[in-house]
This record gives sequence, structure tokens and C-alpha cells, in this order.
Amino acid sequence: MAAPSPVPASRRTARDLRVGETGTICCLGDPVMALRLLDMGCVPGVTVRLSGRAPFGDPLMLVLGDEEYTLSLRGSEAATILLKD
Amino acid sequence: MADARTIAAAPAAGPGAPEALARPMRIALIGNPNSGKTSLFNQLTGLNQKVGNFPGVTVDRKSGWAQLTPARRAEIVDLPGTYSLYPKSLDERVITDLLYDPSSTSYPDFVVVTVDASNLRRSLLLFSQLADLGLPAILALNMTDVAERHGVHIDLGALAAELGVPVVPMNARSGSGVAALKIVMAERLAAPPVRFWQPDSAVQPLVHRLRAHFQLHSDYLALHYAQQAEYLAFLSAEDRAYVQGLVQEYAFDGTAQQASETIGRYARINEILLETVTVTRTEQREPVSNRIDRVLTHRVFGYLIFLAVLFLLFQAIFAWAQYPMDLIDQGIGALSGWLQSTLPPGPLTRLLTEGVLAGLGGVLIFIPQIALLFAFLAVLEETGYMARVTFLMDKLMRPFGLSGKSVVPLISGLACAVPAIMGARTIESWKDRMITIFVTPLMSCSARIPVFTVLVALVVPDESVGFFNLRGVVLMGLYLLGLFSALGSAWLLKVLLKARERSYFIMEFPVYKWPRWKNVALTIYQKVQAFVWQAGQVIVAISVLLWGLASYGPGQRQDVAEAQVRREAAIHRWTPAELGRQVASARLETSYAGSFGHALEPAIRPLGFDWKIGIALLTSFAAREVFVGTMSTIYSVGQDADMSTVQEKLRAEKDLNGQPFFTPARAFSLLVFYVFAMQCMSTLAVTYRETKSWRWPAAQLVYMTGLAYAASVFVWQIWGS
Repeated sequence: MAAPSPVPASRRTARDLRVGETGTICCLGDPVMALRLLDMGCVPGVTVRLSGRAPFGDPLMLVLGDEEYTLSLRGSEAATILLKD
Repeated sequence: MADARTIAAAPAAGPGAPEALARPMRIALIGNPNSGKTSLFNQLTGLNQKVGNFPGVTVDRKSGWAQLTPARRAEIVDLPGTYSLYPKSLDERVITDLLYDPSSTSYPDFVVVTVDASNLRRSLLLFSQLADLGLPAILALNMTDVAERHGVHIDLGALAAELGVPVVPMNARSGSGVAALKIVMAERLAAPPVRFWQPDSAVQPLVHRLRAHFQLHSDYLALHYAQQAEYLAFLSAEDRAYVQGLVQEYAFDGTAQQASETIGRYARINEILLETVTVTRTEQREPVSNRIDRVLTHRVFGYLIFLAVLFLLFQAIFAWAQYPMDLIDQGIGALSGWLQSTLPPGPLTRLLTEGVLAGLGGVLIFIPQIALLFAFLAVLEETGYMARVTFLMDKLMRPFGLSGKSVVPLISGLACAVPAIMGARTIESWKDRMITIFVTPLMSCSARIPVFTVLVALVVPDESVGFFNLRGVVLMGLYLLGLFSALGSAWLLKVLLKARERSYFIMEFPVYKWPRWKNVALTIYQKVQAFVWQAGQVIVAISVLLWGLASYGPGQRQDVAEAQVRREAAIHRWTPAELGRQVASARLETSYAGSFGHALEPAIRPLGFDWKIGIALLTSFAAREVFVGTMSTIYSVGQDADMSTVQEKLRAEKDLNGQPFFTPARAFSLLVFYVFAMQCMSTLAVTYRETKSWRWPAAQLVYMTGLAYAASVFVWQIWGS
């Protein structure tokens, strides 16, 4: 397996969204995590909305795309979903 | 609704050759999690299912029989829900093991792909992979009504033409469309002629060599051999080495290829959706599910509701279940009394009442609790609430080396550790999964309930403390003791174990739904049936064996002991009743069972146990629920017939000074022992099977028995002596 490529720190990620805010996936920062996220429908170009956080701030609830389904994932995983500016 | 005309037949798929009638067809059901697959499976097979996830039975997949047409039956294999053909958990490896070995005798004739119509894009990813494997398929389009209501219109004819397979609209919950689906399933299908994605030309040489070597019928299958050879259980070591050699020779990058494949597939799927789906959004209204989530995953209410659910669960198991349990207990007692008064006295009658019936009563009495527990778990799973529980608990579980997904096995462990440990397969990370498997048996399973209830009722008065019943509070305490020991052990393991891979947690939230009572009823039926048959056989067999061992002894020792008692009776002027008890007790003590118990006594005396408890400990090693039956049998032998319940028998037991034998200290020492001890062969067997190593079950056995012994000694030494 390829080593995870570094995520540019300046980039906004799904973790940086405020609750209720929407962004569009630009690319996936971590190759291994990307495979799982792609299978679950996190494809570049799809919109994501942060719909909530678990009580202690983690995991997050992301609503995906126009088909509207909810994924739950940890903040560290959401941080590999890079958003378009 | 179940109208065959609504089926959109694909151009390429038609009725097949009639000669195939000879062998029943095998059809695999596959689909995304929450796509309605299990409901469809239940609709197709009803009570015709084989599941044996109870003591020791190897079960990796459910299967059942469906009568498709009056003349045609088919075996339906239910596969775990998955998002793609690249498995992430052990659970999903079942799929690759079944679908990647065309030469296997259990290879399916075709697959039915269940698809959530409101989530078509992601569902088609899995479908397109199956099609490229060269598997004949039917698309069962579920929940079209819901999609339609949300303004999503799907052109079924166009979709079938694009995909090259029959598309059948249906509703797995209501069952509409299932009749039509059966008609299509009864036909022999050809592999879809459409290819959705081709491997890059750079990997073609590798693909060609793999296809030639394994004689595979599709490029895509060959590609998966290159990707997953090390996990494919049916490949020999040489085959795996061959594939790995080729992978190195061609410098094949699995990760990069899988990523480009998935992106490529989505591109093609988007084109198909553009042709076949029109969306007319009326208004952007927030789905009801999201609004429910705002309450159920709220930082305060979320936990309060979860606690309330757990409280309700305990209330159901301990309070509501009591009424049917009392009925069963009295029924068995009445039957036993009736038999004793009608049948001629003799060894055969005693075998029937003290052996068989005592054992049977010990099995049947659990049915209400087991049924209620599994009903609860099934409803929590069905409604989608369980996924929210894992979400709420993830952060709380992580300090202990567990993940949110560990909560489901831990809660299921309250019912039975065997399916719970198998449930840990959904945990992707190796370390999280091993820790979960290791600590799950510490959760107090339903087999401990009878031990708990009998002993607690014996020594804890039936009084109230504030709102709560004192016995209920003590029971709750025992459960919490199990929970905290599980968490503590998990933390210990987290420190000891070296992680091989990172832990992660990505999960879809199913939309909230009302539970399908038919599915719940089916779950209850299967669990109760499995329990009565599998555990029941063991328990009754052990009861009968024990009765024999407790009734007979080596040589003349029993007769000698009896003669001794009769001589003493003359001196002490015992009443006939007292004489009867003393004789029975002397005979039991010199029986085979008594000898075993005595041999064990030195080891368990520091715990406050005597030889009678020793016998019960030994026999309940196979399964805890044997304990009550054993106690009942040991204390039945020769006792007054009117003492029907175990509690009465135990209460009547006196120590050497004539004081009640079961003091609170002794009962709690025994209770604590049962909280911790690993007394379940089935759990050890399933741990071995799930971890593929004897190290784990051996460690569980030593660790838990050690913990039980130490805790028991502690209680008895501090409180009892």
C-alpha cells in the first residue's frame, strides 16, 4: 500500500465545516481512506453537509449529495475529505 | 402491485434452457446495507431458513428455500450487506469467498442485487462490479414508492436496457412486487452483455496471464485475484505465491487501480442516471430522519434516551418475563407432582421426574427472557437506532481500546456471547475486533440470568429502596460488575496489544423505520428454537447423567452409609421424615457425584463452596444454564416431593450447625464467580473460530476463571468467615 500523502494544512476539509454548512468534495487526501470513502459515495464533485456532531465532538454526521443519505465518521477521517474553495 | 407487466425485461435476458430443471438453482442475494435485502430474504424464504448461530454451529451465511413457481424451488443464499466487492471487514469476505470461485459447488447460478431506489448511484457501483465479474443478475429495485414521493422518477425500461439485466420494482417491506420477482428468478439468466468498466491497458498483460492460469471467464475477476489473492481462502498457497509473483513482476499498484476503478465506475453510472432518472424536486424539506436524529443524538437527550432504552430492556427481562416464567415453573412442578402420584414409584419414575423433567424445566424457563431480549435487540436494529448508539458511544469507547461498533456485540452479549462474538465481524480494525471478542463474554449473558435470579431471590429480601426493588438493584449491580470488568479488561488489552493497522469508523445511518414485526418474530422464533434444541439437548443430557451419578455410587458405600444413618436414627430418635432426609443426604454424599464433589472440595473451600456446589460448578462448565438444573437435581434426590422450586430446595439446605447453608456471603461469592467465570464451551469454540487461533480462547479461559476465583475468594474471606 502506498504511504498516505500529506494533506496540505491550508486546505479546508469536511472536518472544518460548521454544523449546517455545505461544501463540495474536491479530492480525498489519504489513499487508503479514500478507497473506503469512495465506496460509500464520497466522490469528488459531490456535496457534503455537516449535519451534526456526536456529544463529545466526535464522530461527525455528514449528509451526502442530492440523494441525501447520512454517513457517520470520525473527525480524523473527515479531515481527509478535502473541499473545493 | 405484483404485476408481471411492470417488470422491465432486459433485451439480452430471456428464459433459459429447460434441461436445467434437474438441479435446484442457487441464487445469492446481495446489496448495500439497509437496501432491504434481509426483508426480501424473509419474504422469499419465510420459515424455510437455516441459521444456526448458537452453540458451536458453523454459520457464515444464511440460506433458505423459496418456491419460485409451483414447479420450481431455489436455494436462496443471503450475503452480508456491502458497498463494493472490495471487502473491508471479515463479514464481507464471505462474499468474495463465494463469488470468486466459479469452480466451487456452492457458486450461485445468479445474483439478485437489491437496490434502494432513492440511493441509486451508490447501489449501482456494487451492481456494476458484479456485472463485470460476469455474473448473471437481476436488479430488485426496492422502495420505488419512496423515491417517487421524493420526486425521483426512474425510467425502468431505459434502466434495464442500459444495465442489460431485468429490473423488477418491488417493496420488500410490504411484499408487493415479490411475486413478479419470483417469476423472473425462475428463469435461467445469461450474464449481462454490458461492460461497465475495463481495466487500464497497462494492467492487461497481468490480467491475461491470470485469466489463462486460473481459466477465468472475466477480466475483472482476474483483476480481483491480483488485488485480493492473499485473502481468498479457496486458493492454495502455491496459487497465492504465483499471483504475488506476478503482482511484483508487473509492479501492480492495487490502491491506485482500485481508486481509478471506482472513479471510472461512478463516471459511467452518472451517465446512466442522466439517461434514466429525472428528479423533480418540489421543495427542499428536511427528511424526518434528520429531525429525529437531532433529538436521539442530542448531547444530553441522546444519552438519557439510550439509558431509558437500556432500563426498559432490564425491566422487560427481569420484571415482565417473571410472569410467564412463574407459569412455566409451576407447570413443570405440577407435571412432576402429577407424574409422581400417578406412576408407580421406582427408579424409572425418579429418572423421569428428578432427571428429565428437572433438566427440561431448567431449559424451558429461559424462553420468556431469551425471547424478550432478542425481540428488543431486533427492534433496535430494525428501527435503525443501533447505528445511532454506535455513533453516540464511539468517543466514549475509544479510551478503552474499543470503537462505537463494539457496542453492538457488547449489548448482544447480554443475550448470548456466541452470536455477539460473531457480530464483531463488522469491526474493520483487527485490534478493536480482538479486544471486543475478548471482553464480550464478561457481559452478563442470558445463561447467567437463572443463576442470578435464583441466588438473589434466595438471599436478598423482596423489599423496596425508594422507587426500586432491592432485588432489582442487586441484579443491576451484577450486570454493572460485568460491564465494568469488560471495560477494564479492554483497557488492559489495549495497553498490551500492538496495533497492526489504524482503527477507523465510517458508517451509514439507516433511515428510521418502523420495525417489521414479521422479521422480529422470525428472529425470536429462530433464537428460541436454536436455544431449546441445541442448549436443551446438552442440559437434559447432563441432567439425566447427573441424576444417575447422584443416585448410584461405587460398590456398597451407599448401603453402608445408609445403615450407619439408621443406627444413629435409633439413638437420636429421629422422626421418619428426618430419617428420610438424612438417608438421602448420606446416599448422595457417597454417590459418584458426591465423590467428584468431594475431590473438588479442597480447591473451592476458600470460596465458601461445598462439594454439592462443586458438582454444579463442574457440570455448568459446559454451559452456565446447567447450574440451576444441576442444583435442582442434586437437591431433588430424595427430598420431599412438594418442594417443587429450586429456591425452596436451596432454602431448606442446612449446614453442619443446622443453620441455613446459603448465607448472603456464600450466595454472593457464588454470584461473583458466575459473573466472571468463562463457563461456556460454545463461547470458547466461537472465539477459536473467529480468531483462528487457540491463543485467544485459552487466554479467555485462564483470565476469566482466574478473575472469578480471585473475586470469589475476596468476597468469602472478607464477608463470610
